[in-house]
Amino acid sequence: MKILEKIFQFGNGIKIKGHKESTAGKPLEPLPRPKTIAVSMSQHLGKPAVPCVKPGDKVAKHQKIGDADGFVSAPVHAPFSGTVKAIGETSVASSRRSTAITIEVDPEDVSTDAALSPMPDWRERSPAEIIERIRDAGVVGAGGAGFPTYVKLTPSGNTPVDTVIVNGAECEPYLNADNRTMIEFPRDLYEGASIIKHVLGAKRIVFAIEDNKPKAIETLSRELAGTDCEIAVLPHSYPQGSEKHAIYSVTGREIKTGLLPKDVGCLVENVWTVRTIAAAVVLGEPVVSRTITVTGSAIANPSNFTVPVGAFVDDIVNAAGGFARPPAKAVCGGPMMGFAMPSLHLPVTKTCSGLVFFTEEETFEFAGSPCIGCGRCIEACPMGLMPKDISQAIEADDIIAAEERFVMNCFECGSCAYVCPARRPLVQHNRRAKAIIAAQRKASATPPKKDPR
Amino acid sequence: MNDKPTKNNGLMLVSPSPHMHAPSSVRSIMGDVALALVPAGAASIIFFGLRALVLISVTVAGAILSEKLSRRIMKRPDSTGDLSALVTGLLLAYNLPPSLPVPLAILGSVFAIVVAKQVFGGLGYNPFNPALAARAFLLVSFTGAMTSWSAPLVAQSGDAVTSATPICDAVTSATPLYLVKSALKAGGEIPIEMTAGRALSYFLGMKAGSLGETSALAILLGGAYLLIRRVITWHVPVSFIGSAAIYATIAKAVSPSLQMGPVFHVLTGGMLLGAIFMATDMVTSPSTRKGQLVFGCGCGLLTMAIRTVTSGDYPEGVSFAILVMNAFVPLIDRATRTRPYGEAHG
Repeated sequence: MKILEKIFQFGNGIKIKGHKESTAGKPLEPLPRPKTIAVSMSQHLGKPAVPCVKPGDKVAKHQKIGDADGFVSAPVHAPFSGTVKAIGETSVASSRRSTAITIEVDPEDVSTDAALSPMPDWRERSPAEIIERIRDAGVVGAGGAGFPTYVKLTPSGNTPVDTVIVNGAECEPYLNADNRTMIEFPRDLYEGASIIKHVLGAKRIVFAIEDNKPKAIETLSRELAGTDCEIAVLPHSYPQGSEKHAIYSVTGREIKTGLLPKDVGCLVENVWTVRTIAAAVVLGEPVVSRTITVTGSAIANPSNFTVPVGAFVDDIVNAAGGFARPPAKAVCGGPMMGFAMPSLHLPVTKTCSGLVFFTEEETFEFAGSPCIGCGRCIEACPMGLMPKDISQAIEADDIIAAEERFVMNCFECGSCAYVCPARRPLVQHNRRAKAIIAAQRKASATPPKKDPR
Repeated sequence: MNDKPTKNNGLMLVSPSPHMHAPSSVRSIMGDVALALVPAGAASIIFFGLRALVLISVTVAGAILSEKLSRRIMKRPDSTGDLSALVTGLLLAYNLPPSLPVPLAILGSVFAIVVAKQVFGGLGYNPFNPALAARAFLLVSFTGAMTSWSAPLVAQSGDAVTSATPICDAVTSATPLYLVKSALKAGGEIPIEMTAGRALSYFLGMKAGSLGETSALAILLGGAYLLIRRVITWHVPVSFIGSAAIYATIAKAVSPSLQMGPVFHVLTGGMLLGAIFMATDMVTSPSTRKGQLVFGCGCGLLTMAIRTVTSGDYPEGVSFAILVMNAFVPLIDRATRTRPYGEAHG
């Protein structure tokens, strides 16, 4: 265990007030057992799972209720024993509409499914066997995108992965779910990271943590003393936790457009993902819960919870003491990249790291007055783009110019829109252009249709 | 705001991320610039009396009223709230000689807002700094009035440059730059010796010149405020003043009998006001740091070229140097694009 001395801090990036104080010291509490949950079949990026239970069925705790559909997909499991009440399409907190299985939860678990056997001897198991386990346990990226983790671990290409980065940067303001995970489960994280290292034959485990989490850094240093892992203390700079920027900060490696982290010998996993890997392999537990920070000035008692997948936002809010002030905007995830939820009766998914509630006074409009050329968006853009030019091209409906200025490289971190003094909807413009360009590319990839005239 | 939720229906406001915003706005930036211009304005009143206050008042009022009226005529929303017209009014006044007749000052403010700014579409679309465009307009249209300078009320006694007595209001005088240029053009020797004492009196503002340009101290105070508030960065002022100072140093080394050296050139004319307040105008300067360095160097070198070409009549170069460089901003922006992450070049 050593603190990494050389940090390759990326240029640009922005300083955002953390707003993390109210929950940094709050331990992760289990959510009181809900009466009803709705487990979405789309907990991940890729094809939604296919329900393998039907209304009226009794389900056991940890029982698989949705089958993975194809390579980029993940199975879904029941967090509690209960009865399937309904299966139908619904909205979920993280804005994806999908099929969800509504389960009436038993007052206490009457049965537990043990399809996944514990593998405490994982060091003796083959990588393929462990990857299969990680797939079957429904492990997906908990950082927000929800990419099925086993796909990232499946060997492809020629570059060996030498560095496993456990991403605890948590650069989004307000959130402490990852911070608390590091403080409360340091040994699990080390074991999970060691499993990844074993699977990939990697050489290093590096914990990437922003310097505004001293307790997490101290805990990991203490608990993992004597191990071979490293801690990279990264400057507080949004979006430090982005996969590309965490890799650059830790290793100085830049990923050419179109390539993947493994092409530069790196694998990045969010801390909660790493914990679910440890639980899936060592204990044989599927992913049925996640950590979540419930906060914002509208919340009476800002808290950190471990919530079952499928729990409703309003139940989680009640557990945090309800609202102290009327909420006007409810965000699933962090305020920089999270989704505004239209209502509170929505189930959370494996990718929902926070619930942030803003009051009326904290809401604002992107008024979109003309660009004054201050260049702050250029200074802010972690991808080295020039958002002001792209945005002006899009306003002129010049999508080609936007594409030439690399709008497709934008990963929508929102830094440009955050700093713009003219309150221009810069990242929103980029999203629009990206959608148009993606549609054009898709259209040109399929054979052109005959002119109907 | 009509997209806010109505009360008690349980519905939340939905909008795309980000859901937070930095506190700064165009208004706060322009407000900071106006605040940073206060010391120079105060110095102008100390050195040139109530006359300065009158000119500042009419250009500010003229600029704001022109903005209001032209927006109304164009049926566009009022934009005086962004305070950019206030800044233009202040900067225009600071670029005028103290003795300029009031109607000309008003005409200048109308030109700055209507012709140099609103005709192009308002704030953000104007290619040239409106205050400087108006100054250029006045200079070529009313050359006499625009080059008739008053001595400061507070002057160093025995100073050959400002031999005015402090009791009267409008003793004409010449600016140091004019004195030097006219003497050299006539084939004479350098009329000013740059002693430490003279440098100090120039630094404090005891010399003839435009309202807001005379006191280096007051301008630097404002500049420091803008840097602390991160409204401007060092790139344009340092490259502007630095390149001019290097030019002046080399010129002095090459021909000591005909050149004034860097201290004189930095402290006289509009060098500091231009470098700190005019060339840093966000709309009319490049957006990348690299581009700002190119732009600043261009301003500094052009200024010195205009000032030191003795065959010309015009002694000061700052405003025309900035206006010329304003025209190059789109080119500079194009040439100084950033390299995107993951790409070979921009």
